[in-house]
Amino acid sequence: MSTTVVNGVNVQALLDAREVLKGAPEAAQFVWRASSKWQKGVHSTTTIQNFFGLGEEQTHKSESVFDADHPAVFAAEDNGITPIEYLLVGLASCLTAGVASVAQNRGIQLRSVESTVEGNHDIRGILGADSDVRNGFNDVKVTFTIDADASKEDIEALVAQSQKRSAVFDALTNPTNVTVEVA
Amino acid sequence: MLERGEVANSWRRERWPSLRLLTPNWLSRLPGHHYDGPEPDGYMTMAEVTEFIERFAKVSRAPVRTGTEVTRVRRIDDGYQVMTSNGEIRCRALVIASGACNRPTVPELAAAVPESVEQLTPFSYRDPAQLADGGVLVVGASATGVQLAAELRRSGRPVTISVGEQARMPRTYRGRDVLWWMVASGIWDQRYDEVDDLDRARRLPSPQLVGTPERTTLDLNVLTAMGVEPVGRLAAIRDGTALFSGGLRNVFALADLKLARLLTTFDEWADDEADAPERFAPTQVPASARLQLDLRRGEIRTIIWATGFRPDYGWLDVPVLDPKGRLRHDGGVVDSPGMYALGLPVLRRRKSTFIHGIEDDARDVTNHLAHHLDGMVE
Repeated sequence: MSTTVVNGVNVQALLDAREVLKGAPEAAQFVWRASSKWQKGVHSTTTIQNFFGLGEEQTHKSESVFDADHPAVFAAEDNGITPIEYLLVGLASCLTAGVASVAQNRGIQLRSVESTVEGNHDIRGILGADSDVRNGFNDVKVTFTIDADASKEDIEALVAQSQKRSAVFDALTNPTNVTVEVA
Repeated sequence: MLERGEVANSWRRERWPSLRLLTPNWLSRLPGHHYDGPEPDGYMTMAEVTEFIERFAKVSRAPVRTGTEVTRVRRIDDGYQVMTSNGEIRCRALVIASGACNRPTVPELAAAVPESVEQLTPFSYRDPAQLADGGVLVVGASATGVQLAAELRRSGRPVTISVGEQARMPRTYRGRDVLWWMVASGIWDQRYDEVDDLDRARRLPSPQLVGTPERTTLDLNVLTAMGVEPVGRLAAIRDGTALFSGGLRNVFALADLKLARLLTTFDEWADDEADAPERFAPTQVPASARLQLDLRRGEIRTIIWATGFRPDYGWLDVPVLDPKGRLRHDGGVVDSPGMYALGLPVLRRRKSTFIHGIEDDARDVTNHLAHHLDGMVE
């Protein structure tokens, strides 16, 4: 590992945590939480501040509020991005964080990391227009443009490793049990 | 030396008949004993491996007690009590050499497979004729998975292969067996205490290799060209439908990149300009890999779990296993005085689980064992 590389990721802390949590799996159990409130029409706000981890309640430095709505072509007021676009936010930010962490760990200095994410979506599914069409994305494509002190192969390996360790990539590519209840 | 069955028992009884060794004949050597037949570059059939090991047992005059199954080992005073099907033995030191492949690993989700689908493991698989006519889902793409997928496809069956982490390897590189490169470049001699991530090195899937007289490569591109359909890792079975990961493209990318790094290591070691480095086409990603497969529809009649093997320590009544059931040892020195292990993945070197790998490991481990016994005498 190179000490001269500065990507702003404290990889040592992450590696230390990995060692500690190997012997303490209960502390590794996190619960991420969001609270949502309907505003009007298809507009809602979702608030995130607290989560659970390392055996206790944790708090973000500040509360974040996210508006979700639908654009005018959906006959809505467009007070925020559509919910499915939040998946793109999650995927891009997760993979980018992974690229930075892996680069730091491999001693690769990054100069810029940019990506575009495209989710192909046939909206006949959510409209109930064709029962053979699924509601979610048909496929998602992420394209990274990375400027770094590394060969093309090393950069490709960064991106591949970041997918391998990505929470959101896993959540999107593998099924997850989801329970929705009325309290 | 206790053997539950006959000499070379697992080679006789726990391998499918068409299997050949992944290592070429010239590399299949034991101390003072090597292949001397006409095909040094060939690969032994199971009958030939059995004969090879039998011959070694005779030549080395190994004191093998066959038909003696160990049923329990526990610690007593300054050694161990070993209960066997032929009575009790007491010893001051003990070497566990029962290997890493005593049981096929089958994931828990197998319980959700509909009854109409037959399930096999590499232990219960014999040949394609044993399977019902119709489609086969092979889960796993290490050496076992790709070999069985190819054999079943050649029998005319539609075959789908579910691919998770995989180690792609060409059979030959720049005209030589890829395992020649592993030996010659020193990779296989790398010691366990020099490996970056030992835990990971010990869990690596076996490389996608097959031993055939034609020395052919058997990677996913070959399987795809044969008409085998790759799908992502089997993630869940829900209401009788198998759900596969959408991350297949990255699994392929990781394997291609890893192969390229390995070949670069070979080239750098060879350090010659004469032979142009060879590079292989990227693994072809299907235009749209299936994400689900209804197992109740009859399309798939058989599932083969080529999802790895695990050791069986059910007889070991000494607290030396980690929470995942793996033996706690440091280079074969088990965490209990006088107890040792041999023949586990990267036990002391990357070559530890290969036939030729046992010699160096056995020497190191028996040296430690001899010191242990000396210490007890003093």
